[in-house]
Amino acid sequence: MLRRIEVGLRPQVTDTVGRNVAAKIRASLGLNVESVRLVRVFTVDGLSGDDLARMVAQGVLHDPVLQDAALDLLPAPQGAAPADWVLEVGFRPGVTDNEGRTARDTLALVLNADRRSIAVYTSAQFHVTCAKDAPLSRADMEHIARDLLANELIQRFMLKSRDEWAAEPGFVPQAAQVTGASSDEVAIIPLSSMDDAAMLAFSRENTLALSLEELHAIRAYYADPAVRQDRAALGLPADPTDAEIEVLAQTWSEHCKHKIFSARIDYENRETGRREVVDSLYKTYIQGSTKTIRQRLGERDFCRSVFKDNAGVIAFNDTHDVCIKVETHNSPSALDPYGGALTGIVGVNRDPMGTGLGAELLCNTDVFCFASPFHEGELPPRLLHPRRVMEGVREGVEHGGNKSGIPTVNGSIVFDERYLGKPLVYCGTVGMLPKEIHGRPGWYKKALPGDVIVMAGGRIGKDGIHGATFSSEELHEGSPATAVQIGDPITQRKMYDCIMRARDMGLYNAITDNGAGGLSSSVGEMAQDTGGCRLDLSRAPLKYDGLRPWEILLSEAQERMTLAVPPEKLDAFLALAREMDVELTPLGEFTESGRFHVVYGDRQVACLDMDFLHDGVPQMQLSAVWERPAFAPECECRLNPAPAEQGPLLHAMLGRLNICSKEYLIRQYDHEVKGGSVVKPLVGVKRDGPADAAVVRPLLGSQAGIVLSHGICPKFSDYDTYWMMANAIDEAVRNAVAVGGDPDRMAGTDNFCWCDPVQSEKTPDGQYKLAQLVRANQALAHFCLAYGVPCVSGKDSMKNDYFGGGVKISIPPTVLYSVLGVMDDVNRAVTSDFKRPGDKVYLLGDTFRELGGSEIADQLNTVGAHVPQVDALAAMDRYRALHGAINAGLVTACHDLSDGGLAVALAEMAVGGRLGARCDIAAVPAPSHGGAMTPTELLYSESASRLLVTVKPENAAAFEARFAGSACACIGEVTSDATLTVTAAGAPLLAEGVEGLARSFKATFDW
Amino acid sequence: MAQVNTLVITGYGTNSHEESAHAARLAGADRADVVHFADIVARRTRIEDYNFIVFPGGFLDGDDLGAAHAAAQRWLHLSDADGQSLLDRLKEFIGRGGLALGICNGFQLLVKLGLLPALDGKYFERQVSLGHNDSARYEDRWVTLKVNPQSPCVFTRGIDTLYVPVRHGEGKLVPLDDEVMRRLVAENLVTLQYAHPETGAVTMEYPWNPNGSPLGIAGLTDPTGRILGLMPHPEAFNHPTNHPGWTRGEPATLGTVLFENAVRHLRGQ
Repeated sequence: MLRRIEVGLRPQVTDTVGRNVAAKIRASLGLNVESVRLVRVFTVDGLSGDDLARMVAQGVLHDPVLQDAALDLLPAPQGAAPADWVLEVGFRPGVTDNEGRTARDTLALVLNADRRSIAVYTSAQFHVTCAKDAPLSRADMEHIARDLLANELIQRFMLKSRDEWAAEPGFVPQAAQVTGASSDEVAIIPLSSMDDAAMLAFSRENTLALSLEELHAIRAYYADPAVRQDRAALGLPADPTDAEIEVLAQTWSEHCKHKIFSARIDYENRETGRREVVDSLYKTYIQGSTKTIRQRLGERDFCRSVFKDNAGVIAFNDTHDVCIKVETHNSPSALDPYGGALTGIVGVNRDPMGTGLGAELLCNTDVFCFASPFHEGELPPRLLHPRRVMEGVREGVEHGGNKSGIPTVNGSIVFDERYLGKPLVYCGTVGMLPKEIHGRPGWYKKALPGDVIVMAGGRIGKDGIHGATFSSEELHEGSPATAVQIGDPITQRKMYDCIMRARDMGLYNAITDNGAGGLSSSVGEMAQDTGGCRLDLSRAPLKYDGLRPWEILLSEAQERMTLAVPPEKLDAFLALAREMDVELTPLGEFTESGRFHVVYGDRQVACLDMDFLHDGVPQMQLSAVWERPAFAPECECRLNPAPAEQGPLLHAMLGRLNICSKEYLIRQYDHEVKGGSVVKPLVGVKRDGPADAAVVRPLLGSQAGIVLSHGICPKFSDYDTYWMMANAIDEAVRNAVAVGGDPDRMAGTDNFCWCDPVQSEKTPDGQYKLAQLVRANQALAHFCLAYGVPCVSGKDSMKNDYFGGGVKISIPPTVLYSVLGVMDDVNRAVTSDFKRPGDKVYLLGDTFRELGGSEIADQLNTVGAHVPQVDALAAMDRYRALHGAINAGLVTACHDLSDGGLAVALAEMAVGGRLGARCDIAAVPAPSHGGAMTPTELLYSESASRLLVTVKPENAAAFEARFAGSACACIGEVTSDATLTVTAAGAPLLAEGVEGLARSFKATFDW
Repeated sequence: MAQVNTLVITGYGTNSHEESAHAARLAGADRADVVHFADIVARRTRIEDYNFIVFPGGFLDGDDLGAAHAAAQRWLHLSDADGQSLLDRLKEFIGRGGLALGICNGFQLLVKLGLLPALDGKYFERQVSLGHNDSARYEDRWVTLKVNPQSPCVFTRGIDTLYVPVRHGEGKLVPLDDEVMRRLVAENLVTLQYAHPETGAVTMEYPWNPNGSPLGIAGLTDPTGRILGLMPHPEAFNHPTNHPGWTRGEPATLGTVLFENAVRHLRGQ
């Protein structure tokens, strides 16, 4: 029988969470409420009323110092007037309920009962009291429910007015239980009898995302007499089973196979009149440039394992290597920002965890792209308000990172209206591996024939089925809700603790994570080591009955790793896992059969040739056409506001979404757990200046550190994705150099997020978008080679479009370029804040009239003609010289120039140090092409590869000597008057108090 | 001189164990073993072999049911492989003069187990708790702490102020009633308080007091002074470069000084 335990705060304890909810209702929805009181509800199945009454009396689910609890109905606190409305929000059946699981385990522990005999479902009750004279209608309350407190995709709500509550207090207990009988049903797909139209309809209806060409390839495979004979011998039908089709669709999905990056592309550049064929962007530009760099480095090659594993591995020091992986989780985050982002971060944690023999997790980096949270106006169907997306993503990453005990050390947010259709959520994790584990390199792993297939961690439910194929499609009004999952950081943490110990005990030969495609993908990939596998799905632990075999195979339920365990070590591993409260299940074995073979007990589920499964997908043939978009250079206005407007302009620039302080977010992320924080995201006297990159000391007994930075410049994509990519790489390297990173020991990770670049009726400009992709890749190869920064890992997400209500929204082509660098001595690190009055301020690098895509152009409602171009050779010389100066202790502060250019960088350094500066822009190195630049252009141009540096006067000569003959100029000095003063050849331009600048910088997100 | 054997307990979401063990080693402990809760239950590790236990920071059970609440139930209701209840093991440890340090989530655990403040020596009776911050937010920021020189706490001897980070969402002290609060003060069990960085005075002002804890209470000891729990993270300041103002040359004492006092106390026995 279902019973409820209700828990509320004692009257003397402030309900800060309730107060926060009330504030959010006011701020996000503009509805006035007096107060909100929160009640937590546990709906319990499987325990008697007596047992539950005892649990309440003993305070097993509540804290008697903070809370009151009652079985069934918690009386309102004494003296409190009944609320005007009571809203209760609970999960839909099958949605991960982490607190429910903890409550169940705790009840089972205290009662010494079997966990599986108890079920607990949590919900939250909001007692809303309306403001005087501002009653809320039922419709208002439903608005609050739907658009703030409940996401109907995963949650359901119940509502009672004060009168309804008085007539019948409380809500009827409701179980969020998935019902269904266990099933071994395997359906046969009559592919051989379908015509093209029927096959395509079948693919679409089942969210398979298979193209006609791919369906033909599949049909041809099944028509092969050898295959037919083989199948008959095994007792499998001639036509494919549902599981086989699903496995193929997943393995061949854009998400898993990167078909666009592997396509053969006919690229026509109409600007130059050249035509060329690119046989795989990935092999040509990404793998290709890394290969060349490694050859060039020879003995000094610091790459250990690139592209082939879940994360790219590079050398760190004598005892350890480090690895990095960055993922995106865009589509799920669009539907459920909290669950999508949470799953994104705990999901990418499993990549280093499943790299080599398993890496220790060091730190996270998170970069988000949103539409303005202050967006006004109608939203197209199914889209959530950007503020809700931003808050949900923030909280998801907060819970995912903080609860996993991994510091979030780097990140940023990019705002553009086109991210309304799909937000981008990049989550990255750095890990560390011992150089050697039991005599083998830590980065090396290989499953052996006969090894047992073992699944560790969470159980399997219908979570995220079709995630891989779903994310290979655009978002539309009917996108499936099962694609949404909620991560469980603690189940994963427990598994991680257990895996780290098992690794050090040598209990397994190989490990990989279960992400997109679930077991189908993880076992399928590992089976390539041995050349086959036999998997028995009837042994898989399920969250609930009712999953068919193909669903078990494809489920993307989180927190799972797959391991290859030698049979003689299985018992020891099982015993260890049992003690550490981690579920571990043998599911079959790796074989040399050449087949991916799946059964459910005695029943045949799937049998596919390994070769066909992994290499059978036909190469796409695409065409790309580049024509340079015109940005009417002749009408580029001179940006030249009057000097009187310069002060207010700087304040306005500092408050712009892409520039302003993100302290609100940063502080809610733990950025120093693990105890190795060196350069934190916020620096300076009042810890509110922005840092350029993170420095972390991963081995607490050592002075060696890693540097983590990134570059992202979608604002240049409308002009030319070539320069977008070049600027992103330059920005990432520049940021890393600014904190003390060695430009000759950096590795990159590329994460492409594109709008659909395949020409079709829905995408009439596909050839142009594909040309944009080609150009971005060409720039990637050119600039990685020029900087000597090899890409070691990466990922792409190619369908970031939204269709709905007759509207199509495509994101601007966006690449996140992350850099992982190594530092021998973290004590040499530098931060961006001004340190002391009298220090000289140097500007490194030339400033050009490059205002295309710039923040100032947008601020002044104009359009620039030219985007910044990158001179890689000059930049690299500069970065090396600067690194030498930093290592020699000549630099007291260093900050890169990016969004908002020189003026914003100066202001940020001043804010950081709470010190002023006096600078004259006549000294700015600015080779003039087509007329001298106006002061505003000099101050806000976003030319690449520039940095501001401060140097003690006594070190000025030594510093300048290192930059002899290159663009380096002293433009002023740090002052003690806390005023940022800028002149143009002596004429006053602006003089702003630093504290005021700090306020403008922080006001936008003063939430 | 007595050996100092440190037990750093992890598992179920604890995550600051490595830096806590590192801090103990830096402070001169002879041993600092990171041990999973399961090792204690299985008796691979014996609490009686140690005289200093650290309950590190983290997210035990994901803060479900309230920070450390579920973990407290595990300690209160489980027995080890030798049939002895974990509760008795802890009682024995405290009874023979062992030191215990709870940091952040570890402090929350000590409070929920009733090991702090243990007025009248009533261990394992919950007398105070830690509720949501006034901001209702998790926050990571550095704070200044004032040490109560009257406190019997052995960890804080000879220290005036500390500068260390807080990283929590549930750190506001809530006493069972006013009498408990009065006695915490009267008996000097309030060991650490949030202070204004410039005046050094105890503060209720955000963000210097990051969570709205009454009287700026950041840390408590028990009447013997041998148990300390605090919300801030002393182990996170284990190297000069951890300090957020280190590139500015801002001076401060490493947070590991609390561990040094623990080692000194045990050596003196």
